[in-house]
Amino acid sequence: MNLLWVVLLPLIGTLVPLFTERFGRSVCAFSVAILPAWSLALVLMYAGDVFDGQAIRQSIEWIPTMGLDLSFRLDGLSLLFLLLILGIGLLVVLYARYYLSEKDSMGRFYAYLILFMTAMVGIVISNNLIQLWMFWELTSISSFLLISFWSHKSEARKGARMALTVTGAGGLALLAGLLLIGNIVGSYDLDTVLANGDLIRSHSIYPVALILVLLGAFTKSAQFPFHFWLPHAMSAPTPVSAYLHSATMVKAGIFLMARFYPVLAGTDLWFMIVSLTGLTTLLLGAYIALFKHDLKGLLAYSTISHLGLITLLLGLNSDLAAVAAVFHIINHATFKASLFMAAGIIDHESGSRDMRKLNGLWKYMPYTATLAIVAALSMAGVPLLNGFLSKEMFFAETLNQSMLGSLSWIVPLLATLGAAFSVAYSLRFIHDVFFNGEPIDLPKTPKEPPRYMKVPVEILVALCLLVGVFPAYVVGDLLNVASLAVITHDAPTYSLAVWHGFNIPLFMSLAAMVGGATIYYNRRHLFQFQSHFDEADAKHIFEGVVQSIVNASQRMIKTLENGSLQRYISLLLLFTLVMGALPLLDLTQNAGSRPQIPLDGVALTGAFLMILSAIATVIWHRRRFLALIFLSVVGLIVSLVFAQFSAPDLALTQLSVEIVTIILLLLALFFLPQTTQKESSPSRLSRDLLISGLIGCVIGTICFAMLTTPLSTISDFFLANSKTGGGGTNVVNVILVDFRGFDTLGEITVLGIAALGIFKLIAKMRIYMPISDDKGRAWSNDPHPMMLEMVSQSLLPLALLVSVYIFLRGHNVPGGGFIAGLITSVAIIQQYIAHGVKWIKPRIHIDYQWLIAGGILIATATGLGSWIFDKPFLSTWFDHFHLPWIGEFELASAMLFDLGVYLTVVGAVMLILANLGKLTTSERAEIKEND
Amino acid sequence: MEAVYAFCVGILTTCGFFLVLRGRTFTVVIGLTLLSYAVNLFLFASGRLKLDGAAVLGQSTDYGDPLPQALVLTAIVIGFAMTAFVVILAMRSRADQGNDHVDGQIPAQSTKATASHKRNS
Repeated sequence: MNLLWVVLLPLIGTLVPLFTERFGRSVCAFSVAILPAWSLALVLMYAGDVFDGQAIRQSIEWIPTMGLDLSFRLDGLSLLFLLLILGIGLLVVLYARYYLSEKDSMGRFYAYLILFMTAMVGIVISNNLIQLWMFWELTSISSFLLISFWSHKSEARKGARMALTVTGAGGLALLAGLLLIGNIVGSYDLDTVLANGDLIRSHSIYPVALILVLLGAFTKSAQFPFHFWLPHAMSAPTPVSAYLHSATMVKAGIFLMARFYPVLAGTDLWFMIVSLTGLTTLLLGAYIALFKHDLKGLLAYSTISHLGLITLLLGLNSDLAAVAAVFHIINHATFKASLFMAAGIIDHESGSRDMRKLNGLWKYMPYTATLAIVAALSMAGVPLLNGFLSKEMFFAETLNQSMLGSLSWIVPLLATLGAAFSVAYSLRFIHDVFFNGEPIDLPKTPKEPPRYMKVPVEILVALCLLVGVFPAYVVGDLLNVASLAVITHDAPTYSLAVWHGFNIPLFMSLAAMVGGATIYYNRRHLFQFQSHFDEADAKHIFEGVVQSIVNASQRMIKTLENGSLQRYISLLLLFTLVMGALPLLDLTQNAGSRPQIPLDGVALTGAFLMILSAIATVIWHRRRFLALIFLSVVGLIVSLVFAQFSAPDLALTQLSVEIVTIILLLLALFFLPQTTQKESSPSRLSRDLLISGLIGCVIGTICFAMLTTPLSTISDFFLANSKTGGGGTNVVNVILVDFRGFDTLGEITVLGIAALGIFKLIAKMRIYMPISDDKGRAWSNDPHPMMLEMVSQSLLPLALLVSVYIFLRGHNVPGGGFIAGLITSVAIIQQYIAHGVKWIKPRIHIDYQWLIAGGILIATATGLGSWIFDKPFLSTWFDHFHLPWIGEFELASAMLFDLGVYLTVVGAVMLILANLGKLTTSERAEIKEND
Repeated sequence: MEAVYAFCVGILTTCGFFLVLRGRTFTVVIGLTLLSYAVNLFLFASGRLKLDGAAVLGQSTDYGDPLPQALVLTAIVIGFAMTAFVVILAMRSRADQGNDHVDGQIPAQSTKATASHKRNS
């Protein structure tokens, strides 16, 4: 027994139609129905317990460390909605089998439909606010897919977009509201929230939370002023309208209000917002519905009106009204779904939904007509049909309120007026379509639909009748248990009888019927009156608003993002300046208490030289070669700085990287202009100088403040454990290959990726080679100088030996994979410089890409190796051995990891430089494209 | 010494940013390189300055802070890879666009300036 399966079965069912579509339409429809039916059967198995007043709960740990559970709960309200969702869902599956034409993709349709069903089921049985919201959003998305199912139609796309925008925006508001509620209560568990109604209502942010949640509910349930999306959603296939836009999705908002009724309702704020919104929606929907010529348009506005009625009931803050609301949810779902299906049949069999053309269909489809007429009468609230019962309860409740103080008597009047319009449009639906003369140039001759297309309508209409005649037997228990879940304490006494004697609600009903008939009879005058108003098309307004938002954001983007890198950088720097400088203004003293090192002459000279070279780089930056030479001086002094301040590893690295960088820039300079033209205006120069100067001041100040602050570091741990835990005395290297080995692994991966990216950029580059230098002298074709060739050739083994030595000793004294790799690269590059590419090619057969891949692989494999010994990733191992002749030596797995680093560095550096150097030769890299 | 060190970092930052704000790719790359020197020195400074600190265990009890060193070491190598990437991108941009301006096209007023420059020379 598992509540999870109630959701899971339809979810799996989403995939079924995609596989069974090929076996024919009936097989597809049948297979689609199996899993939801199974789910429905599960629900029915639980029904007994629920009727006994239990709520069934189940929760499964999902991400326990974050306190996230999948949790479900089935109580009376959930049960009612599950029956509606799954029951009507199955009828719609059957109906759609006959509704969809051969051209429509049935599998896709059913997949969307069942996805939607899953989402709805999820909403109603979620026991966690966030989980509920996730399913809520899923209904918005799946309904978007369903409305835009006929995506070749413009209005379908626009309607879908509108529905998604409105309900999606409402969904975001709902999320905010739910987060607030969760924050107030301290838990997202629905049970906990429902138990803390007083806490929530008395909290200071209750109004905000309430309004946000109601925004979610009103957008979903098409309440005024968000009602406009629903009529446009009617461009969906009719089974979708019957399912989503009458029975289920628009009821999700109602469900939300009912679900949170115990915690949010009961205050004046709730009363004012909910009941007034409901009343407005009720009247507006009923009035507009009368003037719609489109069958589905009429039904859509009628739906809006009925949703308004339910909202109004929920807003009255009375237990009896809540019962009436729940009752009307059931009744509306049955008669409206059947009416939509009937409208779909009429559309399907006659080719039109326009009531000005559809006339006198009684003669052509008497059977369907009978069903539709019964359903329409139920919508009108005629006795012996279910619509009558809930409408009576509604009238009775409007008499028991004091909404508008001493003006409260207006409410029953308005309710009767709304009901009269409801009668009028129901009459129009019946009279205009089935009687009223002959059809006017319909595309097809109407006929009865296939037998099984009528079955869903028959079932629903039968329910309307059964509930209407024997309300207590048919829905009494269900209504009772569902209402209990809404009002949470004992249900008030109410009587589900057809006849209550002569009372005011009965007279209101009679007045509504007489009034409705009168309105309909005099409809020509009303239509004429209505034609004086310009009908504001919500679509145009909506599209206009969307367009103006798009325009506004485009304008903003154009101002902020005009495509100039210089501008972006200066804006970024200005922002950094403000953020960096502001805190400094509060700092009264920038020197800390740490004792400073006295100056010495050598350091001062070095600093002087570095500053001069940096400034010279800037001054002569337009003469690029010169600037490069000054740059290299800066880099060399930086490496001396590292050496001076006790960081030999850094000094070695900086030195070798410096060489490689300068070679790279020299090579690149060959392909770029040798000089830069003067193009910055003096004002631009001074602006840039100002910005960069100020930033330099800020950074320098921060640096000084940091240098003079006493050090508190976590490095003591590394110093203490380097020898005992990592087996090396060079702490920097042990940090790299052991303590922070995972970082290093990431870093060499980045290095490899950068090198491969560069390779790809080089390989597809069009050569832009100057034939002469900037002074117009042609390139010399001198052979490689012999002295250099000889010396470098003899130096190669030596250099390689040094790099091996640096590599091997790295764990204990300065050195290691990074430095050794750079030294090896420099040695190889030297050969390229001395001998040229042609000489190298037959002598060095190394595929640098494999080197990179191999390096990363070795490093990763070393890390994974520790799994064999049941240790976490990248645990290291080391031990000391003794061999005769050689003596004591150490073996460490970190050495293998460092080998990976070494290989990656060599591969990356060589891949970049060698390919850049080869660019002008016949050996240049090329990528063969397949296309 | 600290003041001089900080001053150098400030100067390198200023020079680096000034060059980064120029309009040609190669100059921007040089600026970035200067900037990466400044950044590396800055990061290194978070371990404070120490003369004659021991680099390896067992030589002395006074060690330089190894953690910033390890971070800067990898930063230098990654910095090289990024410089290489940007400079190759600059080459590619020139090859594909025909000029070496950072925006891929010469802004309108500067072409005028170039023209007048040519006329004068």
